[in-house]
Parts: sequence; structure tokens; C-alpha cells
Amino acid sequence: MSDFQTHFASDSEKLEGWNRPAMIAPDGDGELLEVAMGPHHPSTHGVFRMDVALDGERVIRLKPVFGYLHRNHEKIAEGISYLASMPYTDRLDYICPITNNWAYALAVEKLTGQEVPERAEYLRVILGELTRFQNHASSIGFLIQEMGASGTPLMYAFREREKILDLFEELTGARMMVNYMRFGGCRVDASPVWLEKARQVVESLPQFLDEFDRLLSSNEILMARTQGVGMLPAELAVNAGVTGPMLRASGVNYDIRKVDGYGIYNRFNFRVPLGDHGDVYDRYMIRLLEMRESLTILRQALKDLPAGPVMDPKAKIRGFRPKPGEAYGRIEAPKGELGFYLISDGGPNPYRYRVRPPSLINLTILEDMCLGQNVADVVLIFGSVDIVLGEVDR
Amino acid sequence: MLGEGILKGMAETARNFFGSYFSADRMTTVEYPEQRIAPFEAARVFPFLVYDAKNPGDAADWEAGLRCVACQICEKECPPKCIYIEKSTGKKPDALGKPQFYPARFDIDISVCMSCQICVEVCPFEAIKMDTEFELSTDDRFGGLLLDRKQLAKSNEYYHQIHLTEANGVDARLAAEKAKAEAKTKAAAGAAAAKATSIAAAAAGEGA
Repeated sequence: MSDFQTHFASDSEKLEGWNRPAMIAPDGDGELLEVAMGPHHPSTHGVFRMDVALDGERVIRLKPVFGYLHRNHEKIAEGISYLASMPYTDRLDYICPITNNWAYALAVEKLTGQEVPERAEYLRVILGELTRFQNHASSIGFLIQEMGASGTPLMYAFREREKILDLFEELTGARMMVNYMRFGGCRVDASPVWLEKARQVVESLPQFLDEFDRLLSSNEILMARTQGVGMLPAELAVNAGVTGPMLRASGVNYDIRKVDGYGIYNRFNFRVPLGDHGDVYDRYMIRLLEMRESLTILRQALKDLPAGPVMDPKAKIRGFRPKPGEAYGRIEAPKGELGFYLISDGGPNPYRYRVRPPSLINLTILEDMCLGQNVADVVLIFGSVDIVLGEVDR
Repeated sequence: MLGEGILKGMAETARNFFGSYFSADRMTTVEYPEQRIAPFEAARVFPFLVYDAKNPGDAADWEAGLRCVACQICEKECPPKCIYIEKSTGKKPDALGKPQFYPARFDIDISVCMSCQICVEVCPFEAIKMDTEFELSTDDRFGGLLLDRKQLAKSNEYYHQIHLTEANGVDARLAAEKAKAEAKTKAAAGAAAAKATSIAAAAAGEGA
């Protein structure tokens, strides 16, 4: 046995520690091949390891290993002021920093009971939906890339993402580490020039979606690779706490924008797309449809945007001490339910700070989706979960 | 027909491929460093300290004009704690003529800084702002990335060059503050003078 394999436990040990019912029994002589996919595997979106036990091509067991990117985010946040955690939230799910800001701001606003001005709410919706669009576009791109279409759909997605990131940079000063929201509003106001540019970008995006549709949706190879692969039954999805597009692809009608109606989402007309099968193709399709709904929301928000301040004039950005208590702010982030749970003991720092990351919780169901599938499909199923390791490991 | 979807997709890639030679919005590559895109006005990289130039010829002008009063709020609020300030022992008059402390040492470790601009937001004296300079690579990992107050000091004119709208707003705010302070001192002086005359008048009345 080479050095490379020494970090695996022996076969009998693992079977003991593995209390999931064996859904798939190995056939033949029962000898399994252990494969370590990751942590530097190109398909793992960062540093993530899957210890996969194979019988031929079939997956018999799969053990996800996370933690390689752990950065102590929650503990750091307990040692610094409420404001100082805001830029760190950008670095959780670095593909969609705006929604991370939003969930954290929402939690602190609940804790302190602050109000958010109307215009700031609209700006949050506009930026949040742009974020959802670019997240879904690039996640589809990555998914297809993992299928072997090396780069083409991903490059098309990134071309559109660039337009949205330019908007972010012009407004907030940074493409990804935006640090945009504040407790009681947003940091800077959008100028009329910016809003006009945003309108132009939003008008150009349906074209891209049509292109994506023509390029991919009816592609026979994509259908053969994704339909019926990685099925996630609705019951299992609900029991595992899966949220976001993955849950809706399994046919469960649960969108926090509709359920909670946080912010001003009650005012917009949009539909929630639902899948029938819960396979990889459904997850792809749900993301494509959600992008269209995002554009509907964006058009309404850009039309109705009222004038006014973007910050609550009474809001203090530094040196405030919330009354002792607790608050949980959650939003429908592009990847699922993103929640921040805060406990205040009356001090300038949170006493407890906890993130409920959608990526991590959606990933816990990975083994159940992969059992019995081919090893090549594991990459695909993993890609369809849509994770960012910055958020999984925190 | 089997393969129809693939053909449809291939037509789309072909359109993009040929478009990349002719259509202007598909030719997006910028050949850095020969070509550059002008930064957005809101762009931010690392912080710098603003000074008001008084005698442009003077080599020590930056030190006299620094707006920073070493209040250390930015040092305290900085999330990754990359600012190091030492307060001066003596005081110097600031733009309003009020004696203020000044930073005897003001270092920013830009290898730690995460460009969040919280220091800019919390500064009550408009003394620290974000630069747009990003080509800062150095072969000295430690000393080369620890900027002292001389390296950090940039003039108010430079600030106007990189963030015009924001800088104009800051100037207007500072001018208003100055006018208010001057009006206050004038009013105080007027009140003192009035008091003096009334006392003198009372004294004269008593004398009579």
C-alpha cells in the first residue's frame, strides 16, 4: 500500500463507523476501490474532499470531508464590533457577497429594531436579484464544465457576470468584496447614471438566457447525462433541511421570498419555478427559470424605485450596543436559506454569532444522491448542489 | 430528431465564434498593461492620509498639513487590525487653528488590509480616504508592505483627481464647518466685547 492511501481507515473500521443503511450492496468478490476526490480535484470548487468507495464504476459509499478552508469566521465575529463583521460576510459565499451582507444586516436590524428606508429596500432587492442572476449563470456554467463542455457555457456565463460585476464596482467600489449594506440602509446611493446602466444591463440579459436555452436545454448529451441522475426525493430533501433551488427542483414549494416576504418582496409579482423529478436536469432548469423571474423582479424594482434617503438618519454605524436579546435574520440567498443568528448581551460585540450556510446543509445530502450512481456522475451531482467552499467551511 | 439540440447549440457557438471577430460587444479583451481601463470613481484599493497643501514647495508640507488628529478610531474599528497609530506628545494647530494631537507614527500594513473602507467611514475628520493605486507589488514582503505616514500622505489635490464627486462633497462639508467655527468665534468675540462695553458703561454710571 502506498503512502497516498495510508490516511484511509481499514475497510472493517469504516463499515462500523458508517451507520447509514447500505442501500447498495457490492456484488462480485466484494472488494472496493477507495478513491479520494479532492481536496485539489478540479471539480470540487475549491478545497473539498470526497472519499468514495467504488465497486467497479458504482459508488458504494461516499464520505464528504470539509474544513480545509476554515477561517474562524464566527469566533472572530464575537471578538469585533457588529460593523467590523460586515466585510467578513463578503468572504463567506464570495460569488454572492450582496446577499450575505443583506442577511447579516437583517439580523442586526432585527436585534436593534431599526427601520430601513424605502429606497434602500429597493436597492437591496435590485442588487440581490442581480446577484442571484450572476450566481445561477455561473453555477450552470460550472455544472456544464464538469460535464466536460470545457469552458464554452462557462465563458458565456462569465461574460454576462462581468456586466453585473461592473455595476457592483461602480456602485460599491469593489467587484466582489462589496461591503455595501449597513444596519438601517445601504452605504451609498445609486446615481441616475448607474440606474440607467442597470436598466440597460437588465434589458440585455434575456437575450443571454435565450442563448443559453438554445445552447443547452435541448442538448441530447446534456439530457442523457443529467436526466434521472442524482435524484433527490422531496421527503428526503425536506428532512435533510435542503433549501433553495435544490429543494424546489424536488418539487417543494418553499421560497423564503414568498414565505417570509422579508424586505419588500411582497410587492413584486413573480413565480416560483418547481421541478418534478429532483434530478440534475431539474436543478439546471430551475436555475434557468429563476433567472427569468429575477429579471421580472428587477424590471419592477427599477421602475418603482422611489426617491429618498438610503440610510436611516437615526442609525449609528459604530459604537452601538443592542439590548440583550437574540435575533435570527434569514433570506433566500441564491443557494438557499442563508441565516444569521445573533445573541447580544448588551455589549458592543455579539455574544454569539452563528451562520446558517445553505451550501453546507445542501451538501450533507450528497451521499444519498450519489449512492449507486457511476463515479463520473458524482462530479455532476456535486456540481448541481452549487456550493462555495468559503461558505461551507467559514 | 436525435441530435437536433446539439446542432442548435453548435449554431449558437458558431454565431459567438464569428461574432468575436466582428461584433464590438464581443471583443472585450483589454491587453493590460499596454491598455488600461480607467478605474471607476468609486474604486477602492488601500487607504491613504489626506493633507492640505499649504506651501507646495516645502518638503515637509505633508507633515504640517495632515488632517489626522490621532484619535485612533480607525485603529479601533479596523476589522483585521492593520493600522498602528502613536499619538504625539505635543499639540499642533489644525485647519481651524485649534490645537490638536497629530500622529507621531501612522502605519498601515497593506499585506493585512482588506480594503473594506471602514476606516474611511468612521473617520470624523475626513483624514483617511481610499486610493485607487493597485500596482503595489514589492520584493520585500515585510518592510515593503508596511507603509508609514510619509508614504501614506497624499495631497487633497490628488484626492480630487481620483474621487472628484466625493472630494467636492468633503470640501464643502469642511468649508461649512470652518465657517460655522469662525462665526462662533466671531459671535463669542462680539459677545465678549458687548459685555466689556456694558461693564464699562455700568462702571461709568457708578462713577457718575
